[in-house]
Amino acid sequence: MKIGLYPGCSLKGSSREYNESVNALANAFDITLEEVPDWNCCGATAAHNLNHELSLSLPARILALAEQAGMEMLVIPCAACYSRLTIVQYELNQDEELKKKVSEIIEMPYLGNIKILNVIQFIQQFILEKLPAKIKQPFNYKVACYYGCLLVRPHGILKFDRPEDPLTMDEAMKAVGADSIDWAFKVECCGAGMSVARTDVVGKLSGSIMKDAVDRGAEAIIVACPMCHSNLDMRRPDINKALSEKITTPVLYITQALGLAVGIDPKTLGLHRHFVPVNLPKKEIQTQMEVK
Amino acid sequence: MSGISIYKSNSLAGQIHHDLEVSAAKCYQCGKCSAGCPVATEMDYPPSMVLRMLQTENPVLEEKLLRSYSIWMCVTCEMCYGRCPMEIDIPKVMDYLREKSLKENKVNPKAKNIVKFHKAFLDSVNYTGRLSEVGLIADYKLRTFNVVQDVNLVPSMLAKGKLHFIPEMIKDRLKISKIFKKTLHKK
Repeated sequence: MKIGLYPGCSLKGSSREYNESVNALANAFDITLEEVPDWNCCGATAAHNLNHELSLSLPARILALAEQAGMEMLVIPCAACYSRLTIVQYELNQDEELKKKVSEIIEMPYLGNIKILNVIQFIQQFILEKLPAKIKQPFNYKVACYYGCLLVRPHGILKFDRPEDPLTMDEAMKAVGADSIDWAFKVECCGAGMSVARTDVVGKLSGSIMKDAVDRGAEAIIVACPMCHSNLDMRRPDINKALSEKITTPVLYITQALGLAVGIDPKTLGLHRHFVPVNLPKKEIQTQMEVK
Repeated sequence: MSGISIYKSNSLAGQIHHDLEVSAAKCYQCGKCSAGCPVATEMDYPPSMVLRMLQTENPVLEEKLLRSYSIWMCVTCEMCYGRCPMEIDIPKVMDYLREKSLKENKVNPKAKNIVKFHKAFLDSVNYTGRLSEVGLIADYKLRTFNVVQDVNLVPSMLAKGKLHFIPEMIKDRLKISKIFKKTLHKK
C-alpha cells in the first residue's frame, strides 16, 4: 500500500528535524513515505483568518494531488496541517455543492476519501506493536506529553483521542520505557501563530506550559507539532523572561524520542538543530530482576 | 439555510446563522469559553461577550465587534468550541468576523501587525506555492518596520540549517495564483 506524506512548509524549513525524524523512524520499520507530488502550503491560520474559500481550496488541492497519485493514506505530521486538511475534507464531504465549487476553483477532480493520519495515528498503526522488539536504549526519562490544540480539537471532526486528557502519546512513550507524568497543560495553547506578531503572548502561554511540566518533574517535553516545538524551543528566551527563570528542559518530537529508543543516531534525528540542547543524562538500564 | 430564522435578516447574527448555520442565540452565557480562552485577558471582549453582542442584533455593538481587537487576537486554538455545552462553533464565527472586518476595512488599529503577518504569509504562498519563512519574515519586517525583531535568531538558525534563502517553488505556481485570484483576491 502506498502511504503518502504531506510534510507541509514548516517541516521543510524551521522544523526540518521533525521531517528528518519522521522519515528516519518510518525507515527503521521498513516503511517508505512518499511525498505528495508538487504539494502546496495548506494556508494555515492566515488563510482561514482572511478568506474561507481560500482556506478550503489550498488543502483541497493537496488532497486532490494525493488522490491522483494513488495514495490511500496520507500521513500529516504537522498538527496544524493535519487539522486544516481534516477539517476541509470533513466540510466538503458535508456539502456536495461546496465540494463542486472548490473542485472548480482548484480545477481538479476531488473525491475526498483519502484516509488522513496524524503522526500518532501513524505510529499506532504501523510502529507501536513492533516497537518493543526494536528497543536498543530505553527512553527512561520522566516526560510530559504535550498535545497542544490542533491534534485533538475540534474533537467532533478529528475524532482523535480524548479532547481534554489525551493518552495516545503517553502510551507510545511508555512503550519505550518513559515515565509519562500527569500534568495540567496537555492541551493548552502555546500561542501558535502569534510567535512573530505577539511574541510576548507566546512567552506567557508557553511559559505556563513549560513551568507546569518542569514543576511536576518532567525531564523532557514530548511534542507532535512544529508550532509547539518552535514556541517551546526557539522561543525559550521569551519563556524564561516571562517566568523570570532559566528552564533548560529540552523539547523533543515524539519521532525523535522513539527514534533514539530504537537506536537511530541523534544527528539523523536532527537533535543538533534544537535551540535548547538535548543533553539527557545517560541512565542505567534497569534490568528486570527476578523477585522471589 | 431553510426554515424560519429567529434573527433579523440583516443582523450580523442573522447573517452568521444563514451562512454558517451557527446560532448565537444558543449561548446561555455560562462563560466556559472565556474561562478556557488562553488569550481572553488580551481581548477587548472575551468570547462569551462576543456571543452576547451578537445576540443583541444591535448595529452599534455589531460595529464594535467588527472593529474589535478580540477577533484578531483569537488564536483559533478551538478550546472554546471544545468546551461549549451548546457546541457553538465560536472559532468559525471568529473567522467570519475577521473576513468581514477585513473586507469592510474595519481592522482594529492594534491588530494591524497581526493582519500584516497573515498577508505576508499568504503572499509568499501565492508567489511560490509554499511558505518561504525567510520571505515571510523579510516581508513582515518591511510592512511593519520592525527591522530588528528576531535578528538575534538568524545566526543560530543558519547554523542549525533552519533558514533557506532560496524558496522552494512548486511547479504549478500558475494554479496557485489562479486559486488566489478566485478567492482572496476576487474583485
